[in-house]
Amino acid sequence: MADPMKIRANLVGDSTEVKVLMSHEMETGQRKDAQGKTIPAWFIQKVNVTHNDKVVLAAQWGPAVSKNPFVSFTFKGGARGDKVKITWVDNHDDSRTDEATVA
Amino acid sequence: MRTMIRLAVAAGAAAAFAASIGAALGESTADEIAKYREALQDGNPAELWEARGEQMWKVPRGPNKVSFERCDLGLGPGVVKGAYAQLPRYFPDAKRVMDLETRLVWCMVQQQGMSEADALKNTFGNGSAKRSDLEALAAYVASQSQGIRMNVALDEPHVHDMYRLGEKMFYYRGGTHDFACATCHGDDGKRIRLQDLPNLTKVEGAQKAYTTWPAYRVSQGELRTFQWRLNDCFRQQRFPELAFGSDASIALTAYLAGRANGAAYAGPAIKR
Repeated sequence: MADPMKIRANLVGDSTEVKVLMSHEMETGQRKDAQGKTIPAWFIQKVNVTHNDKVVLAAQWGPAVSKNPFVSFTFKGGARGDKVKITWVDNHDDSRTDEATVA
Repeated sequence: MRTMIRLAVAAGAAAAFAASIGAALGESTADEIAKYREALQDGNPAELWEARGEQMWKVPRGPNKVSFERCDLGLGPGVVKGAYAQLPRYFPDAKRVMDLETRLVWCMVQQQGMSEADALKNTFGNGSAKRSDLEALAAYVASQSQGIRMNVALDEPHVHDMYRLGEKMFYYRGGTHDFACATCHGDDGKRIRLQDLPNLTKVEGAQKAYTTWPAYRVSQGELRTFQWRLNDCFRQQRFPELAFGSDASIALTAYLAGRANGAAYAGPAIKR
């Protein structure tokens, strides 16, 4: 089971600023371990963010994204108390969904 | 003959060019690293360790099924707010000066009933393959001192003795390379590769360095504690390995934490 994300969502003017920290290895599949064996690729492939069930960000990621990735973005609208829901799915079909309240 | 002259001219030009690049790099590199740190500050993965540590703090652990809420870091059982800013300190129940990590191990052994070997199994983590509970716990406890001024009780006799011992060790030269901590950390403007080294003999240098540990090391994808920092400095000096939680490690910690007194704690930080 993956560790929870750290999500901050704050109202700035008439938009909402979202900052997300994800806990993930993001292994590229290019590295070798001490025995010389390739470490298999393991990375987040899809990120989906909804605001009150409406998609505000959908992304396809690859192995170039760093370990423990940090995402920051803003979307128009939003009000205090609204829910922002974030889901990631990795190439092992493992996934994690967390929710935050706009402050 | 002509080729040789031309070569000499070319070599001279190359040298001058290299020198000008070197001068430009010297200044901008530190600036660029500062910018890099600033960009990362917002999304410091140390928070992931803090969150894991906070969870661990509250859960009953070990054969005795006791949580860390019974663990006294010096301000009363379970009190974490501001505790890190006053460590290392003397603990009468253990009859020893202890830093944070040593105290956590003491609580695991004395209160939670773990064997010392179990408590010390994963002192330093290694990414996901080997996660360290101690690093997560240290990150959580330290984060609860953010903004609180360092206040190590140097007038307490046991702590004072440790501080003096740490000072001696800091200047003691030894090992195969005849190194002391002060060899690298005793002057301004020293560096290892591109990494600027703090001058720990100056109060500002010690304050800036000490108050940012524990820290997330981007290059290692790991959160590192002060015990790790000292351990790795010993390795780099080709000293014998510094035993985790040894009096020697606590003496050096007491010296550097004591020198940082008065500065607001600003960790867990993010470092290259």
